[in-house]
Amino acid sequence: MNSIDLVTRRTFLGGVFSAGALVLSARLLPLEALAASGTTTASAAAAAWNPSVYLGIETDGTVIVVAHRSEMGTGIRTGLPTIVADELDADWARVKVEQALGDVKYGSQNTDGSCSIRDFGDAMRDAGATARMMLEGAAAAKWGVPVAECKAQNHQVVHAPSNRKLGYGELASLAAQQPVPKKNELKYKPASEYRYIGKDFPTIDRDDICAGRGTFGIDAKMPGMVYASIERSPVYGGKLKSFDDQEAKKVPGVQQTVVIPGFKQPHGFQPLGGVAVIANNTWSAMKGREALKVEWDAGEHASYDSTAYKKALLETVRKPQKAARNVGDVDAEFAKGGKTHEAEYYVPHLSHAPMEPPAAVAEFKDGKVVVWAATQNPQAVQDTVATALGINKNDVECHVTLLGGGFGRKSKPDYVAEAAMLSKAVGKPVKVAWSREDDIHFDYYHSVAAMYVKAALDDKGKPTAWLQRCAFPTIGSTFAGPVARTAQGFELDMGWTNLPFAIPNHRAENGPAESHVRIGWLRSVANIQHAFAIHSFVDELAHLAKRDPVEYLLDVLGQPRKIDLGGRSPLAAKYPLDTGRLRNVIELAAERSGWAKKKPAKGRGLGIAAHWSFYTYVAAVVEVEVDANGKVRIPHVDIVVDAGRVISPDRVKSQFEGASVFGAGIALMNEITAADGRIQQSNFHDYQVGRMTDAPIETRVHIVQSEAPPAGVGEPGVPPMAPAICNAVFAATGKRIRDLPIKKQLA
Amino acid sequence: MPAMTINVNGKDRTVDVSPDMPLLWVLRDSLELTGTKFGCGMGLCGACTVHVNGAAVRSCQTTVKSAVGKTVVTIEGLNAKAEHPVQMCWRQANVPQCGYCQSGQIMAAAALLKQKPKPTDADIDTAMRGNICRCGTYQRIRQAIKQAAEVKK
Repeated sequence: MNSIDLVTRRTFLGGVFSAGALVLSARLLPLEALAASGTTTASAAAAAWNPSVYLGIETDGTVIVVAHRSEMGTGIRTGLPTIVADELDADWARVKVEQALGDVKYGSQNTDGSCSIRDFGDAMRDAGATARMMLEGAAAAKWGVPVAECKAQNHQVVHAPSNRKLGYGELASLAAQQPVPKKNELKYKPASEYRYIGKDFPTIDRDDICAGRGTFGIDAKMPGMVYASIERSPVYGGKLKSFDDQEAKKVPGVQQTVVIPGFKQPHGFQPLGGVAVIANNTWSAMKGREALKVEWDAGEHASYDSTAYKKALLETVRKPQKAARNVGDVDAEFAKGGKTHEAEYYVPHLSHAPMEPPAAVAEFKDGKVVVWAATQNPQAVQDTVATALGINKNDVECHVTLLGGGFGRKSKPDYVAEAAMLSKAVGKPVKVAWSREDDIHFDYYHSVAAMYVKAALDDKGKPTAWLQRCAFPTIGSTFAGPVARTAQGFELDMGWTNLPFAIPNHRAENGPAESHVRIGWLRSVANIQHAFAIHSFVDELAHLAKRDPVEYLLDVLGQPRKIDLGGRSPLAAKYPLDTGRLRNVIELAAERSGWAKKKPAKGRGLGIAAHWSFYTYVAAVVEVEVDANGKVRIPHVDIVVDAGRVISPDRVKSQFEGASVFGAGIALMNEITAADGRIQQSNFHDYQVGRMTDAPIETRVHIVQSEAPPAGVGEPGVPPMAPAICNAVFAATGKRIRDLPIKKQLA
Repeated sequence: MPAMTINVNGKDRTVDVSPDMPLLWVLRDSLELTGTKFGCGMGLCGACTVHVNGAAVRSCQTTVKSAVGKTVVTIEGLNAKAEHPVQMCWRQANVPQCGYCQSGQIMAAAALLKQKPKPTDADIDTAMRGNICRCGTYQRIRQAIKQAAEVKK
């Protein structure tokens, strides 16, 4: 249910619009949002919607669109405004995009969950249509002609019979006095008249970035700013025992040290605490920090050890656990004593490692805070900073810079609170820029996970029963503390409770797991481990049955139908899980990749995986070459995407090209481990990520033309990659990878 | 500390900092040339790539002292109108996603083309594998370098 109001008070954006501007407020209050908020925890709240967008037309004709979502490389800061501009029939050259401050009036600004176009596209379109109709109405009134004879065209309203024209700027003040059309009165442009939607379109930030002019969080500055580097407990939850800063203070440029108190459970987005060295430049702060002598009481998590933990997780999934979805009776089917197959899979902790480590600048002054931050979630910045400083959230002004990568890390604003707390302590603006070591040591890691899958097979090798169990430390522990030991519903609904296969007996279980580090969501979240286990296992079954993996996958998927998600998806009505669309992307991926023609040879093979996430259907066919030393090269990836209606085809392609690289990194090399409670990796030499020479060389993205409602794009390319790569490795070498990453397992 | 003079983007700039301070932080904090990015501080990611005497170097591993008497070029000074063939081809291929690593990528690519006007795929791999892009824009980077090589011919 959308509604558009004329905003009468012009002050709401602190001067973005001038007094004479036509200002429209588009508010979207989807009923689904209420349903979604029922799914527990802050992360579900983070994915909830109360969208709100703003559009203004200045008297000089400038169209101002407020971008309230964060730009971390998806192109959303361009994509949403192009929807408004197209529907308004604005001249893009005269559209100015303003980045919004953090403010609840916009609804959710938490840019995660691949939902910006899905949740805000309609509101943008309504805003554009409303403004266009009011401009046409204003012109008709001024000319005394029927409104039906007036048509908005490229930034002006034209009356063809008399050949009169008026620009949007000239009409803005008059248009503001027009009645606001109701939602059911809105007339939309036919898609055939779109000038921007569906066209390849450079982002508004592209040229600045290529010139080195883009401003990221680490680039923000304030007059009189000082720089901080913070020493934190090497073990999660460790307490500061003592410190000696005498040597640190001797480092030229160092001004003082400040203790940031440790967090209280649950840690949420609170800073971890530590000892901050304040200096007049970044380098001195870092050198001063190296000279600190700090003693920690490591505390209860000092025994966290990834080897032992992996063993325990695997033990957990070998035993019956709580069912999250149950169809038919798997136990009865297994009891028949027919042929079965079982396997265990493992995915380690992963780190986001955005190229820009967490960074923010904050100034506390007169009881208020102004921050500039690379954040996916400016309202969480307001909340977190306000709580940390004991002030009102409305007294926290959060400016959002460009983000040098996010991947979920920058939804959690602990680093922004650090800057604000330090500013309050030193009485100056403070920049906090994490080092890469800080970033790798103190991330909100992707969950380490173990999965067990067992199937009963008929004489054609098709499963008659499919049991799957998973266990991993939950993101719920970040918000509820260590008592949260089983997965949240939203985590299980990411590829675990919605197995799309036509199998009469199926049970999906989840077991408990303790958390010893901060756990957070990372690009495609629990889909990563779930997709890896499920799509590897189905490939194992295909080979066991000596059948072609694509043919087998389509057979197991069954006839096109909609999967009953048992009320778990709040958007099921609008976005059902349609196996017909999944079949379609699989068939297209096979066709486009030349699957049938490329027979595996020694050291070369193809693998397929298809996964539905963020309401988008994706199939990936990966070609690998494995050399005599066990090194994997990926010459080709074909990804077929059905994400419904697409606004920016080139940016959709770029997201899936990127997901191909990101997913290859997960398959080949990404791994975080702990020993004695300490994270063992520290920088890009030991936390390896995909480089040009490891990444897929060519990723061909094929977008399915669709009029279905727009779905997610930023994340859904990631989940099918690791299983598709490992399935290709099996085709090439006969070796089945069940533990990620591959690293040296093929040597 | 004695003040030092370095030539950055064609201008002599005098800075009064510790001689062992990495050029990266002098550029960013003292000279406010923030186009050059911090990514790892260990010469592992290439985000801080600049040209010193025409060669691509990691400014996080280059002391300011060692740059005295040499010419330093950053992304801001690569071309006054940001119309270096590499920048033009980067735009044409819509390479950037988040954009954070792209200054370093562009500087590395420009140095490569200066050295090898017609680079092979292997040349591109060698020159560019030190520059990490977490968004995964590598295939467009390769494409843009090849286009720039055509432009430069």
